[in-house]
Parts: sequence; C-alpha cells; structure tokens
Amino acid sequence: MVAKKGRVKVARPDWCKTCGICIEVCPVEVLELGKDRIQIIYLENCVGCENCELSCPDFVLKVVNEDEE
Amino acid sequence: MAEDIDRYLRQDKLPHIWCPGCGHGTIMANMLRGFARSGLDQDKTVVVSGIGCSGRASGYLDFDTLHVTHGRALTFATGIKMANPELTVVVVTGDGDGAAIGGNHLIHACRRNIDIKVVLFNNSIYGMTAGQFSPMTPTGATATTAPYGNIDQNFDLCELTRSAGATFVARGAAQHPRQLIKIFQEGFAHRGLTFIEAITQCPVNYGRRNKLGGARDMLNWQKEHIINQKKYESLSAEERQDKTPSGILYQDEREEYTEKYEKIIATARGSEN
Ligand SMILES: Cc1ncc(C[n+]2csc(CCOP(=O)(O)OP(=O)(O)O)c2C)c(N)n1
Ligand code: SF4
Ligand code: SF4
Ligand code: SF4
Repeated sequence: MVAKKGRVKVARPDWCKTCGICIEVCPVEVLELGKDRIQIIYLENCVGCENCELSCPDFVLKVVNEDEE
Repeated sequence: MAEDIDRYLRQDKLPHIWCPGCGHGTIMANMLRGFARSGLDQDKTVVVSGIGCSGRASGYLDFDTLHVTHGRALTFATGIKMANPELTVVVVTGDGDGAAIGGNHLIHACRRNIDIKVVLFNNSIYGMTAGQFSPMTPTGATATTAPYGNIDQNFDLCELTRSAGATFVARGAAQHPRQLIKIFQEGFAHRGLTFIEAITQCPVNYGRRNKLGGARDMLNWQKEHIINQKKYESLSAEERQDKTPSGILYQDEREEYTEKYEKIIATARGSEN
C-alpha cells in the first residue's frame, strides 16, 4: 500500500492562542495568524512534515490523511 | 502520523490555562507521544505533580493523578511506588518545585534509584508566582528577586542527578520535539530513577524580563544553544561555553529500590517463622 500524503488540519480551532510557533517551525508557507486563531491559507503548500503539530503548545493542529480533510 | 494524544487528555479540562507560547504544552504533548510509544498501560500509570505552572499538567492528564504540595511530589510518588511497585509512577515538576523547595527529595530519590520517572519542566524561573529566580536561573539573568542580575550559580541538574545515583538521565527542549519523544519513550521504558530535564520557554515571566523576545525568539535561542550531545562533544572547550548538550546523557542498570525492599520483606517474613 502506498502511504497517503498527510496535510495539516486545524483540529481544535478554539484552543489556538495565536502564539505563532507553528508558523515559525513550518518549512513552507501554509499558515497565517487570523484575528484570534490560526488559519490555513495555502494548504496546497503543506508537505505534511508535522513540525507544526509537534510544536504547537495547545494541541490545535493535526496532520491527517488527505481524504480526512 | 504522530501518535494520538487525545486519549491521554481530559478533554473537559481543555484548553489549558498556560499562557500563549508557553512551552509547557509542547513538553506535555511530546511526553504523551513518548508514553504512547513506550507501550505502557495508561490505567497502570500514576502522575504526581507539585505546585507551579508545570504542576498543573496533572490536571489535564487522563491518568490516575495526584496534585500535591509544593516540592513534595517525589515524597507522594515514593509512597505510591512503595505500596504498589507494579505501577508506573511519573512525577511532573518545575525547576522551582523540583530543584529548590524539592531539591532535597530529588537527590535522595536518585540515591535510592527508585523506579520513578521524574519530568522536570525547566523554564529557568518561578513562572506561576511571576518571576522569582530559581536554582536554574542562569547567573547574570534578571528576575523579580534579582533586578540587578542573579549572582548565584545555577545547577546542572543532569550532572547533579547522575552523580546522586539516577540511572537514566536525559535533557530535551521544546524546540526539538522529535528528540523529546524519543527521550520520553526510552525514559518511560527504563527501570530505575529516570530524570528528564525538559527545557521550556516562559515568555511571560522570563523571556520578557530578560529581553529574549517572545516564544518564537526563545525557541530560536534553544535551537542555537541546546545541541545534540554528539555535536557538543565534537566542539572545543571554547565553543562549548554557551552550549548545553541534549539527548540521553547517561543510562545504567543498578538494583531498583522496591525490588530491594521486597527482599527485605521476604527476609523479615522468613525470620518470623
Ligand atoms: C510551601 C509553598 N511555598 C511557596 C509557594 C508559592 N509558589 C507557588 S508555585 C512556586 C514556584 C513554581 O516554580 P516552578 O516550579 O519553576 O514552576 P513554573 O511555575 O515555573 O512552571 C512557588 C514558590 C507555595 N505554593 N507553597
Ligand atoms: S502554535 Fe498552536 S496555538 Fe500557537 S498559533 Fe499555531 S495553532 Fe495557534
Ligand atoms: S505539516 Fe509541515 S508543511 Fe504542513 S503546515 Fe505543518 S509545518 Fe507546515
Ligand atoms: S507564567 Fe510562564 S510558565 Fe507559567 S504559564 Fe505563563 S508562560 Fe508558562
């Protein structure tokens, strides 16, 4: 079976505290801070590396299989 | 895919109350990912924490948990382990809770090599009480109790616990989540006193006062200054000056305390008959 590509999802939007750490650790341009929470602006750029998920202090982001988006 | 941590969290207690950008959440999440990988049983694991922002972790964790008095997590944990040696016992503590008021308990738990996993969230400051210096505040840094700069020498807690008798000693940092997961996975699997120093950022009560910037800047500081042990060893003494090694720094086997105690119980029972 070929592994499906993962992509970021804002799993817990209400828990975001807009610290910006996810943006700092992302190797490409995917995320942007909105007024009170993180936003995905260029999902197509996401390489599914999980840096954001592993670094977010508030368990907001999750990398999921593309078909779960 | 990263490990699912939802099953280890008390969803009704979240979001947590740690400040925006506080590294405590990152450490806790990666501790749980390491726990998931270690294959240990959630229902046979007890988490004990003391007082501090770090100590609040026990409230968010869906294990049997105990939130106890300041500096005394290891004493409660020792009681739990002695009475129920089959349980996995984890202590979550801070640099104030674990190295200042609780420092004495830390060295004696190490000396006994009792099978407790000590996770010390080191943010270099008393976060909860708004920024007094701790035994981990670097010399020269400022704190509410050291407005002109701290003149005390900070501990190297990994060296300290190792020489006191801990049999697993590691250091990780919020900036290096993958290394943290590995440290936790192996640390949880170790039998004996496990000491894990997790370096975390307190942007509110340490970063701001010491002009280190916000959480993102503090993480970049960690990236530059906390480096893998192998790399650290390849550096000259001069290059090492402002660097701290991370990774599993020491691991050894030595008879564990509750095992010795079981033998004492057996001997005492034998001599009664
Ligand atoms: C016996 C006692 N003394 C002092 C306090 C006040 N106090 C609460 S938390 C704390 C320090 C916590 O610092 P640390 O362990 O580094 O945790 P952090 O908040 O930085 O995560 C202190 C001194 C207390 N609660 N109990
Ligand atoms: S790291 Fe987490 S809490 Fe911080 S901005 Fe990103 S999603 Fe929000
Ligand atoms: S998974 Fe990687 S590429 Fe995708 S948003 Fe997160 S950090 Fe960026
Ligand atoms: S005071 Fe510091 S340690 Fe406490 S929650 Fe805020 S940032 Fe974290």
